[in-house]
Amino acid sequence: MKYYTYFPGCSSESTALGMSISLEAIAGPLDMKLAEMEDWTCCGSTPYGSLDEMESLVIAARNLALAEKIGLDMVTPCSSCYVTLNKANHHLKEHPQLMAQVNEALAVAKMQYKGSVKVRHIVDVLYTDIKPESIAAKVKQKLAGLKVAAYSGCQLVRPDYGFDHVEFPDKLDELVRCLGAEAVNFPLKSRCCGSSLSISETDKVLGLMEKLFANAAENGAQCFTTPCPLCQTNLDAYQSLVNAKFGTHYNLPVFFISQLIGVALGMDEKSLGLDKNIVSPRPVLRQLSEVKSGT
Amino acid sequence: MNTFIDEVKATPGGENVLACIQCGMCSGSCPMANQMEYAPRQLIAMIRADLKDEVLSSNSMWYCLSCYLCTARCPKGVKPTDLAHALESLATQQGYRTRGNNNPEMYRAFVGSIKSNGRVHEFGMMMKYYLSTNPFAALKVAAVGLQMFIHSRLPLKATKVKNRGDIPAIIKKFKEVRSK
Repeated sequence: MKYYTYFPGCSSESTALGMSISLEAIAGPLDMKLAEMEDWTCCGSTPYGSLDEMESLVIAARNLALAEKIGLDMVTPCSSCYVTLNKANHHLKEHPQLMAQVNEALAVAKMQYKGSVKVRHIVDVLYTDIKPESIAAKVKQKLAGLKVAAYSGCQLVRPDYGFDHVEFPDKLDELVRCLGAEAVNFPLKSRCCGSSLSISETDKVLGLMEKLFANAAENGAQCFTTPCPLCQTNLDAYQSLVNAKFGTHYNLPVFFISQLIGVALGMDEKSLGLDKNIVSPRPVLRQLSEVKSGT
Repeated sequence: MNTFIDEVKATPGGENVLACIQCGMCSGSCPMANQMEYAPRQLIAMIRADLKDEVLSSNSMWYCLSCYLCTARCPKGVKPTDLAHALESLATQQGYRTRGNNNPEMYRAFVGSIKSNGRVHEFGMMMKYYLSTNPFAALKVAAVGLQMFIHSRLPLKATKVKNRGDIPAIIKKFKEVRSK
């Protein structure tokens, strides 16, 4: 069993419910213990730093301080939390004077941050610690014949915290392959989906999503998988808007990687939160079970 | 007196602005460059020409998606993504208003949600944002919101962190310490 301090991120309670439900379901069978931090707050994400770059460091540092007290690697499934917490962590360590000021502020809540936390992404944990080969050994239902566009998105690999190639990552593909599925060629695998501008400037980012759908579809993908809550929400919930704007007919389910792993581990729809997916994954899953039963 | 360049350099993310060699890799990589008043390379040139008002009232940085493609490709380590956030932050702190981009309002609703709940309540944040900008814009994406709601992905109730009172106290103290 491997132990981690778990930082779920705000979207795990709402827009990315399918992510947190499925992650909880697969953690035990994969010998991971993800102990949720008590009293975590939002990491600050891009918006906080955009309105007040200095103050956002303190918001991130409060969470880092809570994790430091526990002493294990801090693991988040959210790509934005991963970047925000890492960025603040690096910045504070490089600027000791600022770290001292942050600590003076944290002291009012009886907290302190020394700078020892290692912030990791769940995909890094699945790939590096749990390892594709041991996941493969636990697969009960091989996803044979399933063609998947493994969509890393931006912030799993950029700016660069050393986990995978910054433009042509392959580790998410390997996780897809260890389940028996095919990771199709997908050159735009780390290009942006439009991030939170899907809310504020919707019309201007639908084109970015359309390119991703087109690129995945022309390479034969039947579905996407991504670790990122925002990528999943954009590609899943905005797919109908993309179709309306561009006159396309995409119908590509978007699995969280933890959902896809769960399917291969033989778990049911409900325990993987697949009922939360907007583009229904049922047709694709039905096809899988037909292949299995030879009908 | 501090020049604009000094202000930018003193803001986290703005440190490396002088390393730019104006190669244009950032503008060529940016998926939103065509929406911006000034593409990233040009914006950096304008910072160095001390065109503070033009830079801070532009919509350019507010179109940044934080995809970090420019940062990954910049041959000089300028980190244009972080620079964009530094400029957004300076513009906000100094009361600059931008033209024709709704992102600042959405960010305000987002941060407001953190300050009152400790976490972002996505439904509340979106309602606040649409009411503060253009409620009719909400109609265009109503179908998306409805689907999210039906699939239990937009709970109406906010999760409130137990010690959320820590946040304003920590922020207040941090402001005091910084102004010393």
